[in-house]
Amino acid sequence: MSSNVITVPVGQTDARPWVDELHQWLTTVDHKRLGILYILSSLLFLAVGGVEALIIRIQLMHSHNNFVSPEVFNRMFTMHGTTMIFFVAMPVLFGFANYLVPLMIGARDMAFPRLNAFSFWLSFLGGLLLYFSFLGGSGLYGAGSAPDVGWWSYAPLGARAFSPGHSSDYWTLALLVSGFGSIGTAINIIATILCLRCPGMKISRMPLLVWMNLVMAGMVLLAITPLSAAQIMLLIDRYLGGHFFDTQAGGSAVLWMHFFWIFGHPEVYVLIIPCFAFMSEIIPVFSRKPIFGYPVMVAATVCIAFVSMSVWAHHMFTIGMNSYANSFFTLTTMAVGVPTGIKIFNWIGTMWGGRIQFKIPMLFSIGFLFQFLIAGLTGIMMACSPFDWQLSLSYFVVAHFHYVIVGGILFALFAAFYYWYPKMTGRMLSERLGKWHFWLFLIGFHLTFDVMHIPGILGMPRRIYTYEPGRGWDTLNLIITIGAFIQAIAILVFVANLIVSYFKGVRAGSDPWDAWTLEWSTSSPPPAYNFATVPTVASRRPLWDEKHLEDPDSQYE
Amino acid sequence: MSATTAPFPNATESWSLPSRGKVAMAGLIIAESAIFTIFVVAYLFYLGKSVTGPTPAEVLETPIFYTICLLSSSLTVHLAAKCLARGITFAFLGLCLLTIALGGLFLYGTAQEWHRLIYEHGLTVSTNLFGTTYYSLVGLHAFHVTAGLVMLVIVAAFGLIGRVGVKQSGDIEVLSMYWHFVDAVWVVVFTVVYVLGR
Repeated sequence: MSSNVITVPVGQTDARPWVDELHQWLTTVDHKRLGILYILSSLLFLAVGGVEALIIRIQLMHSHNNFVSPEVFNRMFTMHGTTMIFFVAMPVLFGFANYLVPLMIGARDMAFPRLNAFSFWLSFLGGLLLYFSFLGGSGLYGAGSAPDVGWWSYAPLGARAFSPGHSSDYWTLALLVSGFGSIGTAINIIATILCLRCPGMKISRMPLLVWMNLVMAGMVLLAITPLSAAQIMLLIDRYLGGHFFDTQAGGSAVLWMHFFWIFGHPEVYVLIIPCFAFMSEIIPVFSRKPIFGYPVMVAATVCIAFVSMSVWAHHMFTIGMNSYANSFFTLTTMAVGVPTGIKIFNWIGTMWGGRIQFKIPMLFSIGFLFQFLIAGLTGIMMACSPFDWQLSLSYFVVAHFHYVIVGGILFALFAAFYYWYPKMTGRMLSERLGKWHFWLFLIGFHLTFDVMHIPGILGMPRRIYTYEPGRGWDTLNLIITIGAFIQAIAILVFVANLIVSYFKGVRAGSDPWDAWTLEWSTSSPPPAYNFATVPTVASRRPLWDEKHLEDPDSQYE
Repeated sequence: MSATTAPFPNATESWSLPSRGKVAMAGLIIAESAIFTIFVVAYLFYLGKSVTGPTPAEVLETPIFYTICLLSSSLTVHLAAKCLARGITFAFLGLCLLTIALGGLFLYGTAQEWHRLIYEHGLTVSTNLFGTTYYSLVGLHAFHVTAGLVMLVIVAAFGLIGRVGVKQSGDIEVLSMYWHFVDAVWVVVFTVVYVLGR
């Protein structure tokens, strides 16, 4: 940024040969294009991971089913989990962060555009590496295919003796590579937010989305790295004959669990905090009120980040820790509920007394609030270690974390898609298809994941290949599978909406929602340089100030 | 800041932001610290858990001289950055080369120690848990020293052809942050492996 004002070249032509266009996309260092590439790559992996989920559900539709073999079933749930966390959820959230953070702080790009491109390609090629295991996983021994030891790859299953061939190597390398990409992006987000804010954008005036992405990026630095370290150890075990997780030589299988969950639990918050960020932008705009309790929201986010670093062993209550450890992790886990509750009250406080507009983003946001609350409540149930001893590793747990990830994260993401799609493409998503998408997905979601709690309580273990008839699980599993297919149809409606609206959607203009943050002050889609004039802000809602000169926010700060 | 659209153009009298290089390096250091923490935890957790020998007490010798080399290289790189900021390029280049020499000496020390452990005591990564954790932790640190040396050599090479001046002093400070971090990690590794671990 050499100067604050640039002259806009006139008469640029958009018609270029498609090869040129493709070349531009592949070599781009523009944060907006990289953001879109992140989002598109995660949609691709969402389709793949979704098909894997459907295969799992068809297999479990009724007792003694053999739609796929047990080996394939193991690969499916392993690949489904790994794909959805590392190659769908992370990239899509990084994509939105990439796209929105510079626009919201009035910057022209990320702090390190080339590092940004490097990180994206690391994470995308990491995903391809994971899927290459279907072809290359057999290795010289002719054994194995895709990884099939669960997305935790618990020791000793990840060791050579139990994962012959290269399947676990592809898993390890894919996660290591995409982990480095995540670290690069996190550093980039932090540097962008701290160093590229436009004049007047004090840290206390940043939109909450920017604040929460700052916290998320900080968490990535501390949460992804333990996984990278553990993956390096696993590689040393597998290739250099090390003994980190080799119980025969005194190594510890439990240490892997600790290392994995030191990553694994903060990871949940790495994923949910950007979703809190979407909610904190969308709910105020559609309630026509500023966010309720801005400083408290920031404090609660930082608090969640801190506390979530010390809750990991609640994933391990059943391995037999001593009572002090059990009590500690029970208490810390329950403590996370406090700042999270504060947030939910703040969002409701924002809606309270507002003139709520039930547009599609708001519908998904309300769905998020409701479902995330329930997901939190089952989480509190299982934070209680004696309760967890009964239900750990059952379908109750599967239902709980899918409630968080689908009911929470995915609903928030859909809200974000409907809210920012006009900014990214210049066209509105269709309201009619959006309503179909919302209701179908809501019904499918509740059919699947509400019902899924029950077979868990009845004793159905997770990762089970099939089950005996007459245990009362059959009908429930059939309902769950039907719900899964309704969700799949809803996703197809969503994708159709994305495609159709891209060509035929109503033109959005720069500010279709009458919103207040800086990204809506530039055209849709924004030009490569974002802002012809670097904006100056004087309050948390710069566009409100601009639209209401008689009563600007800055008077009250 | 001419032609602003906001209604309060006088809202920002002074506007200064931190350097992005330093912020990014701080971020990298935080991330790297977490990686090292995991390796240190593994080392401490497995102390005395090896089912066969050799043990650390039997084979490790404290590398005092090479530690002094590495720690003093922190001072030289710091002075190098200071000199560059004041425009004394000649002193900068000398101190930069001295840093490379000291870092190189430290790596030589590590190589010599590993050679002794492998050929005299038969300790490799696969011998026992001590071997696994020792070579990973010390090796991870040595890898970071090597990466720092590569960057320093590049800087020195550009310095020798006269391409490093006051303008680059900010970048050199970022590099020196990394080098200080590598040294600080060695203090931890040294304490854990050679003091507590024996």
